[in-house]
Amino acid sequence: MMKLSRYVLYDILRSKIIIAYTLFLFIVSVSMFQMEEENSKAMLSLMNIILIVLPLVSLVFTTIHYYNSYEFIELMLSQPLSRKRILLSEYAGISLSLLSSFLIGVGIPVVLYAATETGMAIIFTGSALTMVFTSIAFLASVSARDKAKGIGFALLLWFYFALIYDGLVLLILFTFSDYPLEKLTLVLSALNPIDLGRIFIMLKMDVSALMGYTGALYKDFFGSSSGLLFTIGIMTVWALLPLWVALRKFKKKDL
Amino acid sequence: MRFIILFISLCISPFIFGNIIIVGKDKPINSIIKGIELAKNGDTVKVFPGLYKEGRITITKSITLIGINYPVIDGEKKVENMILSGSDIKVQGFHFIDSKHSSSNDYSAINIIDATRVIVENNKITNAHFGIHLANTTYCTINGNTILGQAVSEQSAGNGIHIWKSSYAFVTNNHIQGHRDGIYFEFVTESEIRNNKSENNIRYGLHFMFSHNNFYAYNIFRKNGAGVAVMYTHHVRMENNVFEENWGTASYAILLKDITDSKIANNKFISNTVGIFMEGCNRIAVNKNLFNKNGWAMKVQANCVDNVITNNNFKGNTFDIATNGTMVSSSFDNNYWDKYDGYDMNKDGIGDITYHPVSMYSMIIEQNPTALILLRSFMVTLLDKAEKAIPSLTPENLVDKKPKMKPFKL
Repeated sequence: MMKLSRYVLYDILRSKIIIAYTLFLFIVSVSMFQMEEENSKAMLSLMNIILIVLPLVSLVFTTIHYYNSYEFIELMLSQPLSRKRILLSEYAGISLSLLSSFLIGVGIPVVLYAATETGMAIIFTGSALTMVFTSIAFLASVSARDKAKGIGFALLLWFYFALIYDGLVLLILFTFSDYPLEKLTLVLSALNPIDLGRIFIMLKMDVSALMGYTGALYKDFFGSSSGLLFTIGIMTVWALLPLWVALRKFKKKDL
Repeated sequence: MRFIILFISLCISPFIFGNIIIVGKDKPINSIIKGIELAKNGDTVKVFPGLYKEGRITITKSITLIGINYPVIDGEKKVENMILSGSDIKVQGFHFIDSKHSSSNDYSAINIIDATRVIVENNKITNAHFGIHLANTTYCTINGNTILGQAVSEQSAGNGIHIWKSSYAFVTNNHIQGHRDGIYFEFVTESEIRNNKSENNIRYGLHFMFSHNNFYAYNIFRKNGAGVAVMYTHHVRMENNVFEENWGTASYAILLKDITDSKIANNKFISNTVGIFMEGCNRIAVNKNLFNKNGWAMKVQANCVDNVITNNNFKGNTFDIATNGTMVSSSFDNNYWDKYDGYDMNKDGIGDITYHPVSMYSMIIEQNPTALILLRSFMVTLLDKAEKAIPSLTPENLVDKKPKMKPFKL
């Protein structure tokens, strides 16, 4: 399995897209820290990149890579290797390369310029989102045989998690504003990894605002150690569940 | 000739400077009450270290009472430690412990009543109900005292420095901690409050009502249960104070209710849930303050008229300004806002397009606090941008017409 992952990694590195992505992240992060006088403002812009760009790149890159290496996968399947091992090696190869480019591109500038709690939260959220959206991309690409369909599906998922979902939550909050919704919002936030990551960073960044009114409730929950475990747990579920479903589909699939 | 002058001055010195009476546990006079009894107007009573459990000590003569190395005056939770009434009294260098507690009466460690020109200086007060209580006084000075309370609940606790119906009070260099309100004024006028530190009190760091023409400078108010709340007062000046980390649902770095004709300048508001909350305030000048890392830098209710908010720096706040209506009768021109993203074509340091400091989302949160969970979401950012282009929810005329491009050097 290690050997197979290594091949995947080499293949990804050869395509140079991942190097461009690393450079892009690095330049953006460094220039943000250089441009803004206040680190907090740079962190804010960085947070937006992590919550929007990172999932998008993870999704699109993974789906494209999957379809491009379809023939390689077929070749491997002709070898005495289990389907599970092949797919997991692909996942490990892609997610590790994306993760390392994130850690180099964003992690290093953050540690250099702002090694605060907010910085650590940003690094954690970014890493978790990379793993989660790679996993979701696998589900999308295994489900559809057609490349265009697969990428379209992945984009639709991104659109849903990044934008539509929050709109729906806002709608719910306003429709049922007469009811106590604090508990419900906690549940709703767990149903979207981007939201969960955003709240995790926000707890460190906007701590003053969150100390008021309902914010205190979120703070009490997410700020406690059980809240931290909750966040890590849900993120892990989000990373494992789509991969598991993809794996089941892949095993039964007529290639 | 010189000797004669010296001799004469030595002869009259007791009449000018008074006698010195020594009180100590191993001295002929071993009780403070006895020492005070023996003293005449103008005398000094010096008290050597020791534990003095004498019940209530009352001073009505114009004397100076000096403690050496903080002699302890113990109220044994039965009495008020000391009552000062009269004029020209000075109490310095004592440690007052365990004054009487009560939930119906305002017992205190030092009670100054019907007095003028009283100085209470460099004392320590621990575990008192009220620390220092002044009523009906003029020209009193409370300087350099450390007042540490162990308040548990608002109902059972007293205030650190409590002044009622007084004028020309000077409250300087005190450190107050763990009381209900750090400093509490009611009907106190023409007073100066300088260099105090009021922190970790259960309710307010500073609380005053009907206290006109007072000057507050270089004080620090930190981590108080509900921050600072001031009401029904005109002509207040607050300069160079620091308001920090006042966090909570109803916590305001400073809450101004019905304050008029006042000036708030050069203060720092850092990491508070709400920096300044204004309700029913008229003609307040808010100048040269720094608002940094607050949840809401300012909440200005629609019933505030003719306030001028100018030359302030707004940096790293989650929301800059929030309001509760569309009526805006205050001016917000010429501030620095770190969220301003306009341009400056003619390079005069002033942005060419106006800045709307009220974000749509702060209005939404006013209506629906649960929606705070979506803060900083991409969706919300988009809505905010749309609102900036075509304002519909936010008050159209709450604008900074001359936003600065660079922060002020404060």
